[in-house]
Amino acid sequence: MSKLIRGGRVLDPASGLDDLHDILIEGSKISGIGLPGSLASESDASLEIIEADGLWVVPGFIDLHTHLREPGEEYKEDILTGSRAAAAGGFTSVCCMPNTKPVNDTSAVTELILRRAAEADLVRVFPVGAISQQQKGELLAEYAELKEAGVVAVSDDGLAVMNSQLMRRALEYAQVFDLPVISHAEDRYLAADGVMHEGAVSTRLGLREIPGAAEDVMVFRDCSLAELTGGRLHIAHVSSAGAVELVRQFKARGVRVTAEATPHHFTLTDEALESFDTNLKVNPPIRSSNDLTAIRQGLADGTIDAIATDHAPHSTIEKDVEFDYAAFGMIGLETALPLTLQLIDQGVLGPLEAMGKLTCNPANIIGVDLGRLTPGLPADVTLFDPNQDFIVDVNQFRSKSRNSPFHGWKLRGKAVLVLRDGKVIFSDRNSSG
Amino acid sequence: MQFRKKDLLGIKQLEPEEIELILETAETFKEISTRPIKKVPTLRGRTVVHLFYEPSTRTRTSFEIAAKRLSADTFNISASTSSIVKGETLVDTAKNLQAMNPDVIVLRHSAAGAPHMLAKHVQASVINAGDGMHEHPTQALLDLLTIRDKKGTISGQTVAIIGDIAHSRVARSNIWALNKMGARVLVAGPTTMIPHDLDKLGVEVFYRPEDVIPKADVIMMLRIQLERQGQMLLPSLREYARVFGLNEEKLSQAKPDVLIMHPGPINRGVEISPAVADGPYSVILDQVNNGVAVRMALLYLLIGGEKDE
Repeated sequence: MSKLIRGGRVLDPASGLDDLHDILIEGSKISGIGLPGSLASESDASLEIIEADGLWVVPGFIDLHTHLREPGEEYKEDILTGSRAAAAGGFTSVCCMPNTKPVNDTSAVTELILRRAAEADLVRVFPVGAISQQQKGELLAEYAELKEAGVVAVSDDGLAVMNSQLMRRALEYAQVFDLPVISHAEDRYLAADGVMHEGAVSTRLGLREIPGAAEDVMVFRDCSLAELTGGRLHIAHVSSAGAVELVRQFKARGVRVTAEATPHHFTLTDEALESFDTNLKVNPPIRSSNDLTAIRQGLADGTIDAIATDHAPHSTIEKDVEFDYAAFGMIGLETALPLTLQLIDQGVLGPLEAMGKLTCNPANIIGVDLGRLTPGLPADVTLFDPNQDFIVDVNQFRSKSRNSPFHGWKLRGKAVLVLRDGKVIFSDRNSSG
Repeated sequence: MQFRKKDLLGIKQLEPEEIELILETAETFKEISTRPIKKVPTLRGRTVVHLFYEPSTRTRTSFEIAAKRLSADTFNISASTSSIVKGETLVDTAKNLQAMNPDVIVLRHSAAGAPHMLAKHVQASVINAGDGMHEHPTQALLDLLTIRDKKGTISGQTVAIIGDIAHSRVARSNIWALNKMGARVLVAGPTTMIPHDLDKLGVEVFYRPEDVIPKADVIMMLRIQLERQGQMLLPSLREYARVFGLNEEKLSQAKPDVLIMHPGPINRGVEISPAVADGPYSVILDQVNNGVAVRMALLYLLIGGEKDE
């Protein structure tokens, strides 16, 4: 069974291709990319034609930072619903964070996640294992076992590793298994019981604050430890101007550090919290306009390699409460694409750069041979309409949860057809016309 | 002028004319509290619920007296004796209260923004009686009334707020209120208790009380919460009292007609010495007295007045 994606604007950031091209898919693989009409005979009756006029055709997006909540908190999200949300957002791969219940610190949990993902048979799910046993920050988890079971990285996401010696050992030991260490960079003493960014807005609202320095000092520590050990460090959800500058400096020194930013951190500022909307309560917090500018600059100059969602589903039980008591996190898989496209409209990123931060760059960070439109590779391909306007309606989301502050926003750009291994995992062809 | 807001959530949302209206109305209600029979029928048949998630003596009693002097029916719900201790959420509590059709809910809560959340879930008017470190609007209004009574005007006065600004909803509401009414606001306190970018709220920031006391027409001392000692914010109450507390020696640098205010409850010998608290410049009990008039005025303006459409 062959498919021909015809007439679309093909963007392949890894090769720099940005032109009208056709893509031929045979079985689960890409078999050819070429000028329109050059790939296959249209008289071939077994060929399925996918018309892509007016659409962008890109490698399927790869999210480095997703919380699928299974096992343990299936009332918020499970691997099936999270996979549906991902596919609807144009993603073909997601990395799921280990702060499940139980924590993903053993092969048993990793295998459960991979089995559920195979049953869902939608996006690829790449589990991230814990840095420390039970994410307690005391003892290293068993990286050999985790790696053999299928994890692509280790992280104690949600809980910063406060013990510097443990972080050093993680960066050393993970090298044996070629695993990047993903740092949730936050000094927990400085963050204390804060609920929002420290600045003029927290002063106005009387909400307890998390200073940018809580992130900066840990980014410095972890970069320093990466330099010491030669380990591979990835900074999750960069939110502060200081962190951007530190990553830039350590990269310039040749330290093996990469970084990601979330759509909410490059779109929103703390001024929005005047509404006390608990969907804006995230960790790290949404920061000031200075920080926003620095993150955009970091995306533009390549300091920040990837765009990741930190999709963090919570139910009304966690969110329909007083701001102080609400859980941290917002969902993001189904809004990441249009928010990223805004960066193109605003001149922050070129089209290829923007797509690279959702495709080949994250693939390189976790070391998987995906995120490129190359013959022979799996046919993970996303087609989206960059001009489709829509009003965000959380009630239309595939995610089980509704905790998005973008509800009611008018955005532009929607996935139309998403293929993984050549198989359609999301289609919105009717509504897009 | 009519008061058109459904709720009183904070001073921040009020226009100067609205503040003026509340103070004028409060002035007219003061007389009722001096009568032998301190009751008028203005709010007869109206229901006021006092929902207190934090302990309070002064504020709650003041609200209750205000409502009763206007003949409203009042009900008290406190966190320790209600379904709140059984784990009911604020939203559920709000829905249940709304089902009983109260006219006003007065909310005291330890979380900033809780009254704003409540107001979205009930038709009743919500009065914020203190939300976390955010706002305490009725305290600021009674402070304004006290300053106006004693000084004749608020505009042009220099007001020094001294103490733990960071954790104080009283300070925040007063900064909004005094700025809106044209006063100059100075603050002083230990750097650990001065929040980030405070100057952006329109105040001049100092550390030592000596730097603001000589300039002030009004000095507001803030309560220091005793548990701050354990939070690395100050080394000891002893040192705090010596450097940041108001005593007669520091007061000797003040203007001869200075007013000393304190929102209470007082830690005698910590932020204010007994001699100053009970001394001739202190208007602390006038503040308490004005609290009743201000709260009567608010209840009247929110649910008692004729709203012209």
